[in-house]
Amino acid sequence: MSSRLVELKNITKSFGNVNAVNDVSMVINKAEIVGLIGDNGAGKSTLIKILSGVYSPDSGEIFIRDRKIEGRWTVAKAHEAGIETVHQDRALAVQHTIARNIFMGREITGRLGLIRVKKQYEEAERLMREIGFTSKVFTPDSVVATLSGGERQGVAIARALYFEAELLILDEPTTALSLTETQKVYNFMLAAKEKGSSVLFISHNIYHAYDIADRFVILDRGTVVMQADKSEIESAERLVQHMKDFARAGHRAPG
Amino acid sequence: MTAGTLTSTPRSRPERRPLMAFVRRNRRAFSALLIFLVLLAIFTILNPKVFTNAITYRAIFLSLPISLFVVVPMVFIVASGEIDLSFPATVGITSWVFSAAVRSGWEPFAALVPALLLGMLIGVVVGSLVTYVGLSSLVATLGMNFLLRGIINMGTEGVAIQFPQMRSTTLWQVFAGRIDGFPIIDDFPIHMIWGVLFVALGWVLFNRHKFGTQVQIVGDNPDSATEMGINVFRVKIAAYVFMGIGATLAGVLSVLVNQNWWPTTGDGLLLPTLAAVFVGGTPTWGGIGTVVGSSIGAFIIAFIETGIIAAGLTGYVTQFFNGLVIIVSLIGHRFNGPRYR
Ligand SMILES: Nc1ncnc2c1ncn2[C@@H]1O[C@H](COP(=O)(O)OP(=O)(O)O)[C@@H](O)[C@H]1O
Ligand SMILES: [Mg+2]
Repeated sequence: MSSRLVELKNITKSFGNVNAVNDVSMVINKAEIVGLIGDNGAGKSTLIKILSGVYSPDSGEIFIRDRKIEGRWTVAKAHEAGIETVHQDRALAVQHTIARNIFMGREITGRLGLIRVKKQYEEAERLMREIGFTSKVFTPDSVVATLSGGERQGVAIARALYFEAELLILDEPTTALSLTETQKVYNFMLAAKEKGSSVLFISHNIYHAYDIADRFVILDRGTVVMQADKSEIESAERLVQHMKDFARAGHRAPG
Repeated sequence: MTAGTLTSTPRSRPERRPLMAFVRRNRRAFSALLIFLVLLAIFTILNPKVFTNAITYRAIFLSLPISLFVVVPMVFIVASGEIDLSFPATVGITSWVFSAAVRSGWEPFAALVPALLLGMLIGVVVGSLVTYVGLSSLVATLGMNFLLRGIINMGTEGVAIQFPQMRSTTLWQVFAGRIDGFPIIDDFPIHMIWGVLFVALGWVLFNRHKFGTQVQIVGDNPDSATEMGINVFRVKIAAYVFMGIGATLAGVLSVLVNQNWWPTTGDGLLLPTLAAVFVGGTPTWGGIGTVVGSSIGAFIIAFIETGIIAAGLTGYVTQFFNGLVIIVSLIGHRFNGPRYR
């Protein structure tokens, strides 16, 4: 048994003439937290959308637990493989309730495809209590549009936690959160690792990323310019320095 | 994300009284009901004799079910973020197939089958144009309406099909017959019961079934739906197929009720159907809707048509009154619920 959970090989994706992701190869091991960092427009979101089955890559291969994915890699297949994603746009339907959003696309159904509304409510309530995402002003029946930005991010994160992923992908999950809330999200990530799951997360804040990640992958204009274990980088400042160097050097810096 | 840090914005508490919560959740349907009651009051004051007489309502119930069969699927289409202007021609062409089949000796029940298959096929075609081909549903369905009606015109050259013996068929008795001695309204049109059952089915599909839920999510935010693994194209196409089925049932019912098929069958349904959907509280922007509200909307529209004449007003005021009701109810819905997108 290898320790690899996911391996991406030579993944490329373009939008028109924009090379969003260019020949990216990377590995996510079991029970590790990987920080994916890079400037705006570096291709981070595109890369994780490929891994979560939203986009099909133009070329390249995906391996899950050392098995090569044949055929179209879809969101449903990613879910089945235990990959849960908190997307940068949060992927919510704001005119609908928290409960409905948590089960979006994976409704709990009984006979004839009828939704078990009460069961979904209870499950959502239990989940929210468990992770401490509760308040006096909202219930699982509250409409998402009435929530604040941080609360909406909470819904998206709660949804990913509900399905107990083996790989939790978080695309800038803390942008709308306060410092204590951010700390709480990091605690979720550490708890997931504790349970043997892996985490791939994108953060704008390199200091935050440095604190929590076991390994870093730096993306610059669609290309992986550096992969390093935390032990190889003395401090967050060094990481920032690396990024500045790559930005100056342009493409094809050694990685 | 603890309680303490989340309560930054003051908001109303979750509703604890179940009845108020129910009204709040269904406020769009309730405001449609309110509009209807106001209209009823106005008409009854204008002409108390006519509007306390059951025969007036029987006249409304004769035509109302036909529009219910298209109003309910239209709620799904609008909630999915699209529109369908082609259903009048679908009503026409599927009922033509039904009529031609019956004319050439098919048992009417059997003739329903090719008509329904055609309706569903049209749904697949229209849905695919809107999704896979990526056409605007407003323009694509407008074109489709002309195209299908054109096929009817070329095929029939304006000749209608009559069914003098339709009343003796089982299909007529089951689908469009009358119930003797029905409480209050004698000779009650059976198809009103089918219409109500169809609304009930629509309500379950929309509010309690995976299909209706995904229709609403897709209309609310197609990108979110895709990111969570919902096949947006397939959901939208399914909504158009549902419309094809509803249009076929409306067309066949129209033929049964009128014992006649005209090349124009279905044409008059376009604007009243759209008016009913929006007057009933389904918003134009997609993502949400109300099957019950829009069905009450159909009742309101049918009620105005019948009501104006019955109230002793001239038919010349119908359009003005229709317009007034549409505008006033939209204003009502606007202030009744916040718009989130
Ligand atoms: N759906 C899309 N259509 C066209 N271009 C896109 C799309 N998504 C991303 N891009 C482009 O691809 C590049 C990478 O974007 P993205 O992956 O969102 O970057 P990041 O998440 O690192 O900020 C950008 O230049 C962006 O404009
Ligand atoms: Mg991004």
